[in-house]
Parts: sequence; C-alpha cells; structure tokens
Amino acid sequence: MSRWLTCTTAWTSAETFSVIDTIRQIRFVWKPLVFFLCLAPAALVVGDAFEITGRLGANPIEEIQDRFGYWGLRFVLIALSVTPLRQISGRNWLLRFRRMLGLFAFFYILMHFLTWLILDQSLLMSAIKEDIFERPFITIGFSAFLILIAMAATSTIGMRRRLGKRWQQLHYGVYAVGVLGVWHYWWQVKLDVRDPFIYAAIIVVLLGYRIRVRYKKTRQV
Amino acid sequence: MLIKKPANIRPSEISSKENYLNRRKFIQGGAIAGGSMLTGQALAAMLPTDRRAKLADVQMSDLSTGEDANSFEDISTYNNYYEFGTQKDDPYLRAQNFEPHPWTIEVTGHAEKTGIFHLEDFVKPHALEERIYRMRCVEAWSMVIPWVGIPLADIINHFKPMSNAKFVRFETLNDKTRMPGQRYRSLRWPYREGLTIAEATNPLVILAVGIYGEVLPNQNGAPIRLVVPWKYGFKGIKGIVKMSFVEKQPGTSWEIALPNEYGFYANVNPDVDHPRWSQARERRIGGDLFAAKQPTLMFNGYGEQVAHLYDGLDLRRNF
Repeated sequence: MSRWLTCTTAWTSAETFSVIDTIRQIRFVWKPLVFFLCLAPAALVVGDAFEITGRLGANPIEEIQDRFGYWGLRFVLIALSVTPLRQISGRNWLLRFRRMLGLFAFFYILMHFLTWLILDQSLLMSAIKEDIFERPFITIGFSAFLILIAMAATSTIGMRRRLGKRWQQLHYGVYAVGVLGVWHYWWQVKLDVRDPFIYAAIIVVLLGYRIRVRYKKTRQV
Repeated sequence: MLIKKPANIRPSEISSKENYLNRRKFIQGGAIAGGSMLTGQALAAMLPTDRRAKLADVQMSDLSTGEDANSFEDISTYNNYYEFGTQKDDPYLRAQNFEPHPWTIEVTGHAEKTGIFHLEDFVKPHALEERIYRMRCVEAWSMVIPWVGIPLADIINHFKPMSNAKFVRFETLNDKTRMPGQRYRSLRWPYREGLTIAEATNPLVILAVGIYGEVLPNQNGAPIRLVVPWKYGFKGIKGIVKMSFVEKQPGTSWEIALPNEYGFYANVNPDVDHPRWSQARERRIGGDLFAAKQPTLMFNGYGEQVAHLYDGLDLRRNF
C-alpha cells in the first residue's frame, strides 16, 4: 500500500480503497497487457516479413498494406464500441482504454498510409498526387487519415483542457472516420463486397446506437 | 459446406529456378533427340493425368520473352479464379481436390466440325509449345509465366469455322459441387469470355495445358485455359468446357458484371485507366519490398504483333 492512500481518513474506507485498487490494476496490469495485445498484428507483419511466424505471400506489399488497413479499420470500430459497451454494461472502467484504442487505430492507419506511400508508390510524387486527387476511394481514405491525425495530435490531457468544448467537437470526427473508412474499403473491392458489408453493418449498429440514445434524450426534454 | 484442408505444397517440392532451367535444357535436349527419331506423328500432344506430371515433346518458341519467369510458387499461389473463391489464395487452397479428368470440350456454332470431344482428342492433333509470356492483371500487377500450350489458331483451323463465325466464345465448367466459389454469385456463372476471330487466330494466343513444363495446376485453370498475353488476365478463361463459333459479339463475364469498368476488348493500355485505379504502372510480382512499380506497356509490350488488329478502333471507348 502506498503512502498517499493513508493520508486522509476518507480514503481508508473499504469502498474507496477498492476503486483506487481497480484504477491501479487497470493502469499497471490491464493497460500494458492490452497494449501488447494491440501490437500483435504489427508484430505478426514483421514476423511474416522475415518468414519467422508465417509468410506474406506472392505480393507482400499488398499484403502488408491490406493488413494494416484492416487493423486500422478494426481499431476504429473497437474504439467506437467502448461507449455503447460502457453504457449498456455500466462498466465505466472501459473508458480508460478508449484513448489507447483510438491511438492504435491511428497507428495502424499511419502504417497503412506509409506502406502505400513508400512501398507501393516508392515516394513517386506525381503518382501520389494523382492517386489522392483523382481516385475517389483514395481521396476518401486520405480524408479519414487527416481527421485521425488531428485527433491523435490533440489526444493528450493538456490539449483536451486547452481546446475545451472544441475538443469534443473535433473528436466527434471519429464518426466520419468510421464511415469514410468503410466506404474506402468498400470502393476498392473489385466485386465481392461480403467483407466490407460486415464492416458497414457494424458501423451502422455503432452509429445507430448513438442516434437512438440522442433521440431518447431529446424526447425526455 | 465441407472444404477439405488441402495438402500444402512444401517449400521443398517447389522447384528452384536452377532446377527448372536445367529441366528445360533437358527437355530441349530430349526434344531434339526425340525429333530425329520420330516423323510426322511426333506432334501428337499427350496430357498425363497426374498432378505436376512432366509434359513430353514441348517445343520452344520464338515468341517467348527473355525476361525471368516468376517462381512456380508465385504463379500457383496468387490467383484470381473466382470459381474457387475471391481471395488471392483461395484457388490454391480450395482447388486441390478438384479433379480435371476426364474432361470434355463441346465445340458448337458456325464450324464444319462440331461436337463433344475428349480433352485428349481435342489436343492430340497439335504440338505443345512453351510460351514464356508477360501476364498483366487488370489489378495492376504482373508476372512472367512459362506456359505450355497449343496455338489457338491451330485448334480453330482444325474445326474449320465458316465465314459467318466472327467471334469465338468460351465457357468455364459450371458445377458448384466441384467449384465451391460458384456457390456465391460473385459473377454470373458460368464464366464466359470471347475474342474476335482475328484476335483468336493471332499466333500469340494459346490454349495452355501446363506451366514450367508440367501439367497445369488446378488453381491455374486445369486442364485447359486461354492465354491472350496482350489483354488483361481476366480474358484468360480457365477450365474451358465449351468453345462456340458465333456471329455476334458475345457477352463476357466481367463486362456483364461491371460494364463501366471492364470491356470486351480489355487490351492492356497504360493510357486508359480503370475508373478506380491507374493502369499506367504495374507491380511485378517477385520483386523485393522496395522495388518500384514498372511502367505498363501498350498491349503489354506485344504491340508489334497485335496493334494492327485495332486499326481505326477507338481504344478509349472500346476498353
């Protein structure tokens, strides 16, 4: 037991102790654990690239780019499910993972972007410009990435305080990121849209939940 | 839905390039030695039914490219063959139990000789040739593949098409019990493709029955498939069961599915982009991670042999 736990009488009650214990447990046990779990897909890409854990196949650049893209989108959806899960289950500690999950979404999409920029386009400026401005599905993906950059840059507690109300407005951008991300995926599939459909269905549920909650609130007022 | 897990190809089973090149020398030597002993009858193409069996009496061709061929592994594990699934490794994973023998091909339409033929009889009157061709996929990647096949012109002449046969139309096997990808209606089954008679009788076009001097793997379109090296890969219809001589331009699978994205001609053309991506450059499979894409060539570099087929045709409109 650390010394600051005993410094006021109020904190000595069993209930407060258990809350602090939970916070400490999340911070020092669960968060690091989840952190390394979230890194696993990236580690697997590296492992497969060196043919230790598996292989990347005949077109490794496409494989790397696809895997980072999938995980980026999955983490956007995971981060977006924190609030509904918290509200439905009443487990408020879930909120403590939200920023980390969102930053992992940013990390994977950044890697997806860098794979495209460096490995796929070999930093060829004319091709990059053409892709961004003339291929709608890349324009869409790139816009989502720009929103995520702004969100990641303002994800610290200091930035949150400084931006005040505008912080929340900016971070509602994640809804747009989710929609644009699924759209970007849907649009680049050649014909078989079964997989993007699953992602689209999930985003519809996650955003539909929020619309329902808001609708109920306005009716109560 | 029962999909048996296929026997994976162990790395040790995949021939190294050195081995392959030796094998080609050996085959070449054999062809020369055999050629001196046999006369006339020597051209009867024989197709063994065992997987990866060697094809005999394969002649080299001047139409082959001198570029390095992709590995057998790359060619046989990265395929678009929606009859076995829409992912690149689906054909390799799900076509292993496919049995391409016995196999018949129906020849119909405006020709003097029509009917249903056993594959053996279909190929027997012809000689096998190796054709090392570039293959450019519409998805902006490419490979170099050492096909073994028969010039389609030889086959067409054999059936003596009539003057009103303006197009050749092909169909793939339509059997969802044998081709699990057909349980999902990604494309309208059966897969169908077509060429003008002038295209089909161009010396570059072959019906392939093998790669790397061996029987064609199932995932590459066994037992017999079309190869048209100056067109995007989807024109190369696989697992052919029907060939028809027709008067009108036939509908083709990708054109039917997405007519604003894929056309009947589908000539490789760096200046006409796919509506969703550029066709100016291509990723050559087998390069290292930091290799840049290479420029795509008009008609995939076969312009000298085929450009005249399209004189006066607006290639932007007839994509």
